[in-house]
Amino acid sequence: MTSSAHMIELREVSHAYRTKAGPLPVLDGLSMQVPENSFCAVVGPSGCGKSTLTRLVSGLMRPDHGQVWLHSKLVTSPRPTVGMAFQNPVLLEWRTILQNILLPLEIVKSPMSKAEAIERAHHLLDLVGLTGFAEKRPSELSGGMRQRASLCRSIIHKPDVLILDEPFGALDAFTREDLWCTMHDLRREEPFTCLLITHDLRESVFLADQVVVMSGRPARAQYVLDVDLPGPRTLDDLYSPAAVAMLATLRHQIQVAQGRATDADAPLDGHAKPAEVTA
Amino acid sequence: MNDTLRKILAPTLFIVGILALWEWAVWYNQLPDYRMASPSDLIPRYIRFWDLFLIKSWETLWRTVAGLGLAVVFGTLVGMIMGFSRFAREGLYPILVGFNAIPKATVVPIVALMFVGQHDFNTVLIAFIISFFPIAVSVSIGLSTLEPEYRDILRSLGASNVTIFWKIALPKTLPEFFGALKVAVTLAFIGTNLMEIVSPHGRGLGDLFDSGRINADYPLMFAVLFALAALGIVLFYVVVFLERIFAGWAERSPG
Ligand SMILES: Nc1ncnc2c1ncn2[C@@H]1O[C@H](COP(=O)(O)OP(=O)(O)OP(=O)(O)O)[C@@H](O)[C@H]1O
Ligand SMILES: [Mg+2]
Repeated sequence: MTSSAHMIELREVSHAYRTKAGPLPVLDGLSMQVPENSFCAVVGPSGCGKSTLTRLVSGLMRPDHGQVWLHSKLVTSPRPTVGMAFQNPVLLEWRTILQNILLPLEIVKSPMSKAEAIERAHHLLDLVGLTGFAEKRPSELSGGMRQRASLCRSIIHKPDVLILDEPFGALDAFTREDLWCTMHDLRREEPFTCLLITHDLRESVFLADQVVVMSGRPARAQYVLDVDLPGPRTLDDLYSPAAVAMLATLRHQIQVAQGRATDADAPLDGHAKPAEVTA
Repeated sequence: MNDTLRKILAPTLFIVGILALWEWAVWYNQLPDYRMASPSDLIPRYIRFWDLFLIKSWETLWRTVAGLGLAVVFGTLVGMIMGFSRFAREGLYPILVGFNAIPKATVVPIVALMFVGQHDFNTVLIAFIISFFPIAVSVSIGLSTLEPEYRDILRSLGASNVTIFWKIALPKTLPEFFGALKVAVTLAFIGTNLMEIVSPHGRGLGDLFDSGRINADYPLMFAVLFALAALGIVLFYVVVFLERIFAGWAERSPG
């Protein structure tokens, strides 16, 4: 088996959950690639298997068929070089926010000293707008604040692959836009490969180098969009003609995935590119 | 009213009130000592038998705590086995329930016969048997209902199961554990007294109660009941205190 030059690569991945009513196929021949230090956003209808995808990439689950490669190695179990923020951001209630954020460093070996780690945690809290909440308990935070704390926890150990499952879902539009910019800043400070699951098309276009649209369940990569907006991006770029065209394309593709439209009524734009399928 | 002041004042007020009511009821109905003792009859008993009360209380206390300690260790172990293995849970559960359903008064003579003369051992054993069930059940439920999301936080970083147990499962189960411990401490206490009274062997407050019964010293029997209640309260609040320290995070501030 040849190794891949990509940071994340999925080859013909199929997976079914075993439920009481029989097997539920969720992914069916999903293939995609994410180059090193690039940002990939995944969009798709609710329940199509996006969270399942994150669990497969992080090694929490193994696919029934196909392979997941990370850093040119076949994924068989979780790796400490991966950071993950879950869709449901559970924090440990018996720890303070700071202790929660430092948790990965108790598992993962890191060159950081204790003091450096605490300083980094405070820095991250500042970045996500949680200055002064380090000593609070999770029960004292709102849902959106917990989500932001869980985001800090996912990057505290400087992972080289970051997997984010709708990390901004519970945030108001303005905080969300602030955090998009924060993500750009973070990537400039320390490059990492990112896999972002999202429902927000504007978010995907603003943040990603590549947007993958998943089809309805059982899902595969239905469409891949290369976002060739020049950097550094600003929020205003989202209103440029190129971005608007991309958003229209993505919107159409989601509707196709939901079975509410066909390729015939596709909007005209120069970005369309059929999904790459590596057999 | 100040919070701490109320916490002390309210129970004191109620205790004094109930004692006064009782005293008055006995006096009003002209009940003789051998029908119903009144609080004022108890004080001379405490004065007369003070040394005895201290010794016997200590005997009851340490055997209860020893039994409870065993129950905590053994109950947690069984709970862990049941919590982590579905097979063990399904296999052990009916046995535990059946075991718990046996009235412990019937176990006392059997234990007393099995280990003749080993009074301390027997008493600790009964205290243990009667109190380990809630601990085992609560730990097993706490562990088996641990949301996978909690596990995944650490699992996604490649943590071992042992690490996950120490960092997540154990602290997460502590509130349930202490809930069970509050039940168990009272049960262990009942177990100790059961042994002391059903199979008298000259030790513990149960023995003092028994001698009150034999000598028809009704006020002494009442005095023992009160000593037992006081000891029970102390034990219970020690657990509450430990709970505050180790699982205080689970307590949400009201409002
Ligand atoms: N542990 C599980 N056991 C059985 N079925 C599951 C399990 N987890 C998910 N599913 C099913 O698999 C499908 C995909 O779930 P998944 O969580 O991956 O969807 P998703 O794309 O993340 O959805 P959303 O956008 O709503 O978060 C759903 O239909 C869900 O019912
Ligand atoms: Mg999901």
